[in-house]
Amino acid sequence: MSDIALQAVGLVKRIEGAVSHTLVNGIDISVGKGEFVAITGPSGSGKSSLLYLLGLLDAPSEGEVIICGQPTSKLSESERADVRLTRCGFVFQFHFLLPEFTALDNVLLPMRAAGKMSEKDMAERGLELLASLGLKDHATKRPNQLSGGQRQRVAIARALSNRPEIIVADEPTGALDTASTEQVFGILRDIADSGRTVIVVTHDPALAARADRRVHIVDGKIADPARGPAPAPEQTAPAGA
Amino acid sequence: MTSNLLFNIAWTHVTSRVRQTLVGMAGVAMGVGFTIMMAGLMQGSQIDFLHQLVDTMPHVTVQDERRAAPSQPAEQAYGAVQVSDVANLNNRPGIKNPETVMASLRSWLPGDVAPSARTTAIIDHGGGRIGVTLVGIDPRLEVKVSKLASQMREGQVGDLARAPNAIIIGEALAEKLGLKAGNTVSVIGGQGNEVTASVVGLFRSGLKRIDEGQIYSLMSFAQLMMGQSGVVNELRIRLNDPLGAQRIATQVEAQTGYKSVSWQEANADLLSTFSVRDFIVLTVMGAMLLTSSFATYNIISTITHEKRQDIAIMKSLGMREYAVRRIFIIEAAIIGAVGIIAGWLLGYALCYGWSKITIYNMLTGAKVPLQIYYSPMHYIVAGGVSLVCCTGAAFFPARKATRVHPVEIIRGAS
Repeated sequence: MSDIALQAVGLVKRIEGAVSHTLVNGIDISVGKGEFVAITGPSGSGKSSLLYLLGLLDAPSEGEVIICGQPTSKLSESERADVRLTRCGFVFQFHFLLPEFTALDNVLLPMRAAGKMSEKDMAERGLELLASLGLKDHATKRPNQLSGGQRQRVAIARALSNRPEIIVADEPTGALDTASTEQVFGILRDIADSGRTVIVVTHDPALAARADRRVHIVDGKIADPARGPAPAPEQTAPAGA
Repeated sequence: MTSNLLFNIAWTHVTSRVRQTLVGMAGVAMGVGFTIMMAGLMQGSQIDFLHQLVDTMPHVTVQDERRAAPSQPAEQAYGAVQVSDVANLNNRPGIKNPETVMASLRSWLPGDVAPSARTTAIIDHGGGRIGVTLVGIDPRLEVKVSKLASQMREGQVGDLARAPNAIIIGEALAEKLGLKAGNTVSVIGGQGNEVTASVVGLFRSGLKRIDEGQIYSLMSFAQLMMGQSGVVNELRIRLNDPLGAQRIATQVEAQTGYKSVSWQEANADLLSTFSVRDFIVLTVMGAMLLTSSFATYNIISTITHEKRQDIAIMKSLGMREYAVRRIFIIEAAIIGAVGIIAGWLLGYALCYGWSKITIYNMLTGAKVPLQIYYSPMHYIVAGGVSLVCCTGAAFFPARKATRVHPVEIIRGAS
């Protein structure tokens, strides 16, 4: 059994139009099981675009994403949705919780969508996840009754609910204060330590430094961070990302 | 994908927008309610009119004529012949052996048959002369084939036999000529013979052309006015099931050879007008239901617009496009279903309310209640069509909203 959880080969994402833009330009990357990878880069460098491609939220113009040994380029949109539901967990910069639902209902959403567990088992797992993230007493609260950090932790619990092999997080601490940032990053670290693969896009070099590996993106390509600080966005950024 | 989840999300969406949801439900309820009321009213008035029509006239009339002109002896003798201006003066009008024919019909007919002698005459009274159809009847048999007895406003059908040359006339005709029961009038037959008759009763059928243009007498009186003693030129049949009249008429015509006209055939033009009216009414009701579904379209459009971010996140979590689309279809179905139930109640209340309204008939001077026909089919059809319209109205905004790529929304929100 391979130790590679996720692999991208020759990944290209191009936006066609009157003026075409290349957001991701021939990226090859492999991420091992249980590895915590931070993707960094200046604004507009293509790091979020890369993350969406790796998490099958977006389809590449060229190249292949292999998730747990399964090539995905020929999958239909429904099949890609199934892979996202069962193998990937998403955390975004904004929590994106359904506002009319309680924290617990939001956590249960992916499990209910998968429909593989009884309602009782789902509820047990949902409460267990919330408790593990320090939200036991907030299960019945709606998102507008929670703080920013609490919401983001609910979003992490939701991402974990179907026991995915890979957690994909796009600037998960981007909208949080320092204390919440530290807490959320610690949780992601713990998730990686528990054997799941975590890929995080972040602007924060200090947080990125705490990952197992840092992948620096410039102009849609992997750059060597040892070359020094990334150029200013207006000098490098193509459209998108 | 569990249906419970989809229903749960849909239910949450509609219950968290109470005002919008109520407006949508009210729109559906109005459409369904007024459609039911309109259907009940239109069908009620139509059925009432048909009842009046059917009650006023025989269900089948056997006339002393043929569908096609009888062939001439010369035509029977030669292969090709041209005949013109031929009149058989020896031919006696009327149905041959009427008693035998009636006995034969009674043996199988699901109803009864009575003879009559129909002719035209002029009533002369006080300087007024009005042409009428004079129908000679047998009072004992007539009551079995017509509602004349129940239509009598003064006197009785049997009174025809209690006075010489007695006639029964319509109320409208009596009013026109200034006649009352007990008055005498002059009746002038087609042969020019004038007889003094006494009015022994007044009837009202509800149909103006009958009430103004038809009078009844004994058979012998009508035969006298025709100048043909003993002639019976019409058999009047009343059936247990008026709707089977067309089939029975065909059978009677095949048996007797005489032209047999069902009430449907006699009123074919009118019934065809009803068909046109039904089509117009159905079109209007369909338009009402369709229009009411636009409220649902509007609400689902608003919800899908507001919920673009939720749609994106549900898709990004792995929910399939069709499943997300179903959420909004279910929302429309919830709005539709509750609106339909409210519409049923509204429709019933409107029908009940309208049935209490009376309309003043300027021609007859009577106050006529609006006739409402209550039928479960109205409720089922209005509800079914409305539900289809609502879910159909939701389909298009839902499809448009769920086709949006989640990355576009997530990027926009970020």
